[in-house]
Amino acid sequence: MTTIYSARKIITMNPARPYVTHVAVHDGRILGAGSLKELEGFGTYSLDERFANKILMPGMVEGHSHAVEGKWWRYVYCGYHDRMDPHGKVWSGLTSIDEVIARLQEKDATLDNSTEALTGWAIDPIYYDNRKINRFDLDRVSTTRAIGVMHASGHIMNVNTKALELADYLRQGIEHDGVPLGDDGLPTGELKGPDVMFPVGQQAGFDDNMLEFDEPGLIDFARLCVRTGVTTATDLAAELNDDTVDMGNRITGADDFPVRIMSLRFHHGVTPEELITHTKALAKKSTDRFRLGKIKVIADGSIQGFSARLNWPGYYNGAPNGLWYIAPQQMLSIYEMALEAGIQVHTHTNGDEATDLVLDTLEAALKKHPCSHHRFTIQHGQMINAAQYRRMAKLNMCVNHFANHHFYWGDEHYRLTVGPERAERMNACRTALDNNIPMAIHSDAPVTPLSPLFTAWCAVNRLTHSGRTQGEHEKISIEEALYAITLGAAYTLNMDNEIGSIECGKQADFAVLEEDPTTVSAMALKDIKVWGTVQAGRVFAASNI
Amino acid sequence: MDAKQAGIAVTIIGGYLGSGKTTLLNHLLQHADGARLAIMVNDFGDLAIDAALIESQQGDVINLSGGCVCCSYGDDLSLSLQKLVSQEIKPDHVIIEASGVALPGAIGRSLSLQRAYRLEGIVVVADASTVQANASEKYIGDTVSRQLYDADLLVLNKLDLLPTAEVESLKQWLAEQSRYASIIEAVHCSVPSSLLFNMSLVNVPDSWPDSWPDKRPDKRHDTRLAMPADSLVGIEPNNHDVSVYVSLSIKPSFAMNAHALAEQLAHKRLALIRAKGFVRDTNNQLKTIQVVGRRWSVTDAPEGAQPGMVCIAQKNDMTEHAIKALFSADAAISI
Ligand SMILES: [Zn+2]
Repeated sequence: MTTIYSARKIITMNPARPYVTHVAVHDGRILGAGSLKELEGFGTYSLDERFANKILMPGMVEGHSHAVEGKWWRYVYCGYHDRMDPHGKVWSGLTSIDEVIARLQEKDATLDNSTEALTGWAIDPIYYDNRKINRFDLDRVSTTRAIGVMHASGHIMNVNTKALELADYLRQGIEHDGVPLGDDGLPTGELKGPDVMFPVGQQAGFDDNMLEFDEPGLIDFARLCVRTGVTTATDLAAELNDDTVDMGNRITGADDFPVRIMSLRFHHGVTPEELITHTKALAKKSTDRFRLGKIKVIADGSIQGFSARLNWPGYYNGAPNGLWYIAPQQMLSIYEMALEAGIQVHTHTNGDEATDLVLDTLEAALKKHPCSHHRFTIQHGQMINAAQYRRMAKLNMCVNHFANHHFYWGDEHYRLTVGPERAERMNACRTALDNNIPMAIHSDAPVTPLSPLFTAWCAVNRLTHSGRTQGEHEKISIEEALYAITLGAAYTLNMDNEIGSIECGKQADFAVLEEDPTTVSAMALKDIKVWGTVQAGRVFAASNI
Repeated sequence: MDAKQAGIAVTIIGGYLGSGKTTLLNHLLQHADGARLAIMVNDFGDLAIDAALIESQQGDVINLSGGCVCCSYGDDLSLSLQKLVSQEIKPDHVIIEASGVALPGAIGRSLSLQRAYRLEGIVVVADASTVQANASEKYIGDTVSRQLYDADLLVLNKLDLLPTAEVESLKQWLAEQSRYASIIEAVHCSVPSSLLFNMSLVNVPDSWPDSWPDKRPDKRHDTRLAMPADSLVGIEPNNHDVSVYVSLSIKPSFAMNAHALAEQLAHKRLALIRAKGFVRDTNNQLKTIQVVGRRWSVTDAPEGAQPGMVCIAQKNDMTEHAIKALFSADAAISI
């Protein structure tokens, strides 16, 4: 059965015919894109005109997100910016600590049990003049239940007195950089770093595994995808044990599951040999909607957490250099074995020294196992400089930049972490494209909201939260940004042969929009309403997902 | 470094990739001597777990006959530690293998947040043939230096790969890098397990000699640490016996300031690898003193403990008179 959809405009990403009016779909794939007359040549069809007033573009591809975002929405949203939840409710941003407290109090009032934990997320004190939040603030919500609120960055957590008490942190004599103490010698309730947060987080209702998706969370994540026009999304770092894989296959295999999830095996906790063996086994379990068989390596930490590895002269504020999350020899072993086995590796780097290590290591591995189509990708690569892009081009590497970061933390980078000069060239999309590096841009959801059109807006405008344009020369055009969130991202996932554009033979994946992103102003890009998606020919309206 | 409660003792083993951490763990596993060890590793990797000894495996935890357990903590050490302590049978001693790029001091600091545990010492393994080059390597040089800096005790491994003439200068360099942590010289990481964990098995003898017999450095027999005199301990049967250890047992006759004594015992001038024992504090309470290289702790002594102190050093480093002086009547008054 062939269906031909008509639309106000179809943006194809196929340069031979960039804009058409009709697309024919058969068995979940695209028979062709063109005029109705052209498509009639494929034979009998039914004409579906429900999108006659909509804009279709290729289903968007989120190349760096974490499906755990779905789980986080079960906690109370405490962010500064408005944000839409999986059910389409837009939670208003909280502009003061008092508002944060009020929202938590609202939740508190709905809980029957006076000892049940209360959990929140996405708070960010940089928007409250960096006024530190302490346990006494949260004690205003409750002194009988443990309360924990994770910061937007994921690096810091605030808890109340009860949570400290339950975790046995409410005592004198704690000496730890991650646990600031008040004048009373007791922890203030601010906890920095995962090893410090975890024992208290557990008391405050956070899951054992703060990074891995669960069953209802995966379904909610898929809802967010539909609402933002995403038809393929990555879950970029997972342990992927047998239970998780079975669950993932079961959930994504449901007839009405609306998105293709690509989940990458995280390098931690196993040897390079075990990593390769496991990844090969995972590839065999891959299905159309649950793609497995790639590796994610983490080279360093984060810039705002001062754990990224920077080249000389290091951090602007003089903080000591960050941490390696993998030994160079291990990275080399993984790269060599992955190249030999034909496994693609995505490597997280934030600092420029970490990027240097990746380039040196890949260059060495390629000498052993020459390969021109490996598509090894640097994820984030926030500080990549021009010389590094030139090397990346020679090494046939791809990049996926963290464009959203610029908006949320660009001012911090300018003022504190790397200083003005380097902040202006962070996530240097223009230079990447000028060096012909295949490029995607991403949200790293739940760190920032999943919404490729917003990510495109960030890369096009390079505005920081305070309203400054940071790095005028690194802006890209709307067309380039739209390419980055479709074919660009598809290329970094080695899926550009099946998704990323609307043309004959590809998956029938469309984002259905109310407005035309190629004609709106650059500033309006993020405000375009998404009607829903078509994924492998199945129609999903955001209004009833 | 004073704690009221004595949690489960933890030794952190750090050091760069390839320095011999896993070899050391394998060695300790084979010489657990009845201690219920919990070995926490980043990955099971090269851990030589004798399949015949495996009683059960549940995901990341392998239970061995004899009471030892191995856990792979991946990227969540605090969760694994929490699970470990919630088990019915608690380990006697926990050994955490830090990943090759981890900073063992940071692991030690987070350990201080879990009251069920007590950091006994940070042991950093250094490969004698590569440590200096690694410490000036472009990418990992500062990481290696920070690891050495965190050490309470250094295991200088693979000494057989180093020309004898270079050993002293390397030791001098390591001493500076590590703020004068005590050094154990080793080949294939064959370090007597008693130097690292099972001193708790030591039975402090009831009667103590009035005089200190001469050292008997050449007499190699399997003797327990608590021999009431200097004696060789834990000699491993290998061909590269670059070092031997001597222990000195002392029965303090006076009440003394336990903190001051512990601090003195951990001082670099004594070069002690370990010391453990019980002393009567100035307020007449019996205290446990633990020293691992540079690190010391004082906790309340267990019921029934008797005053007594065992100190271990490498044979050539043993400063017998200086140690004894700490326990003299003069010292008891002055410190
Ligand atoms: Zn991420």
